[in-house]
Amino acid sequence: MSKVLKGVGLLALIAIVIAFPQVYTNPAVTNYGVFALIYVTAASGWNIFSGNTGYISLGQAVFYGSGAYAMGIAARDWNITGTTVFALLPLSMAVGALIAVPFGLAALRVRRHTFIVITIAFFFIFQLMAFNFSFTGGSSGLGSPFLNWPAATYNIPFYYIALAFAAGTVAIAWLVRRSRFGLQLRAIRDDEDRARGLGVRAMRVKLSAFVISGAITAGIGAVWFYYINQVEPQTGFDPLFDLTLVLMAFLGGYGSISGAVLGALIIEPLTLWLNTQPAFSGGSLSEILLGGIFLIVVLFLPRGIIPTGGELITRFRTRGRAAIAPATAMGSNPRTAPAPSSIGGGASGGAQ
Amino acid sequence: MAQEILQEIVVGILVGGVYALMAVGLTLIFGVLDIINIAQGVLVILGAYLSYSLSTKAHIDLFVGLLITIPVMFIIGVVIHWAFIRRLRGTERTAMTLLVTYAVALIIEGILYKLYGANDVSLTASYTGTSVHVFGFYLPWIYVYGFILAVVLVVAVYALLYRTRFGRSVRATMQDETAARLVGIDVNRVAALTFGIGVAVTAAGGMVYGATSAFNPNSGYDLISRLLAIIILGGLGSIGGALAASVFMLVVESVVTIWSPDWAIAVFYAALVVVLLVKPTGFFGRKEVRAQ
Repeated sequence: MSKVLKGVGLLALIAIVIAFPQVYTNPAVTNYGVFALIYVTAASGWNIFSGNTGYISLGQAVFYGSGAYAMGIAARDWNITGTTVFALLPLSMAVGALIAVPFGLAALRVRRHTFIVITIAFFFIFQLMAFNFSFTGGSSGLGSPFLNWPAATYNIPFYYIALAFAAGTVAIAWLVRRSRFGLQLRAIRDDEDRARGLGVRAMRVKLSAFVISGAITAGIGAVWFYYINQVEPQTGFDPLFDLTLVLMAFLGGYGSISGAVLGALIIEPLTLWLNTQPAFSGGSLSEILLGGIFLIVVLFLPRGIIPTGGELITRFRTRGRAAIAPATAMGSNPRTAPAPSSIGGGASGGAQ
Repeated sequence: MAQEILQEIVVGILVGGVYALMAVGLTLIFGVLDIINIAQGVLVILGAYLSYSLSTKAHIDLFVGLLITIPVMFIIGVVIHWAFIRRLRGTERTAMTLLVTYAVALIIEGILYKLYGANDVSLTASYTGTSVHVFGFYLPWIYVYGFILAVVLVVAVYALLYRTRFGRSVRATMQDETAARLVGIDVNRVAALTFGIGVAVTAAGGMVYGATSAFNPNSGYDLISRLLAIIILGGLGSIGGALAASVFMLVVESVVTIWSPDWAIAVFYAALVVVLLVKPTGFFGRKEVRAQ
């Protein structure tokens, strides 16, 4: 029953996102769609690594910017123009994956706070390289080749490319979660030393997840670059980008696939909309508001919308009776009712 | 050339002293509360703006103004801890505290934009533009005064930690929170006061920072990344480590500036990565606790 419902819901969702730019053809509206999907991809990509392993990466912008720059530099130096530029997307992803290897090998030796700070350090090194090397165009950045598409439908191909990336990333996240690999990742998140003791090759597993996440982020960074037609060191390598991803994941539900998607779908359109409002011009009020949302999420929804919502639904459905109710001593306590299963954190499955 | 390098080393040590002051606050907060206060950078800038207002509106000397700004920043710190930090518990606390302190930073930054605008300002006084000539070096007076102030305050914090009953309970909490609780230490009070002290030192750090370089509400990010690099390099929670790492990092940066001002800050972060490849716990870090 509920499986059928889920299937129907998923199909409906797919139909809606595919039909969206056909129904709302206004470029101002499809623009929201493109950015939302870019962030769905990036947040889900973050989640594949950080959500599963518990290592919070604040260096995703390294991949985002590198992917954008890789496409820009390749297009400029090889004189690629027009739609052929999209053929460079695999190159950008490969660059992201290649950068992730030494980055991961250095950063994944340390844990928790130290890991976070190392990722920030890498981020700054990359931003500085973009500023200071000559082949990156310095502080004025790079422009992309020109696309002579009509303005009215310009966004639509980008919408579908971003959609393909988003769907692919969610599919990968789902496959990772179901696989032995995903189980190993979550074992590391629960207790890395014990996981290692049980035979998980921690470094190799962590690094693989980091590389996957890096390739995805670099790919979507390249899409973003071609969409907005330029990249500068401070926009390609943007510290706010990293923190936004974390906020999205936490708002939706840390470690859950649908959580990252939902968080991105809420926050990115909201910030885009706030920036267009005259009352919020200059960005300072939207900054205060974003900070306020942050605080509300962490203080009142500490586990995110999806897990908390799932819990409420379970409680609503089972009100008045014990959840699965074999009247044993344990079952009599409604608090031991089954966790809001499939979409939850999944943290309990790993290391035992 | 040798003279030039020596000059930069001296400058590095003087500036490093000021960074040490800010880093001590950060590492102290980490040691007691096990959180990284991302807002530390923007709090330094807030401290700088407080000094700016006092000196331009009320014409109070920068150093005298600290008598007002330090207590104000202490209260702000205690309030932040009371309102947000103390509520955080549970398994994802590391990431949660990161988000909360970042949110606080965003809000403070937004307010500063509203109040002061986005333009660069700097603190000026009779001693910010003039230099002293000693042993063939030209040193701006503010660097010298700032360094002296930093040393005085670091010694004061040190004395507070190692010569008072309160300091003993802070150190006990740093070593083992549960045990500290068991012997009757009010851990929550210690945490609140520590957070307050850690933030209060940013008033002084911010004043010297603002007097040595121009700043705007956005300057906090650059600052917090440097401070994080410093306390990680020194070993999280180690006060001596924070002092050594500040001076080391700032001397490195300052010396590299001779050849390439553009790359100096990259070398700064590269030094962090290299040191951690060799010694993952930093200069004086304790071994990381098993598991999370």
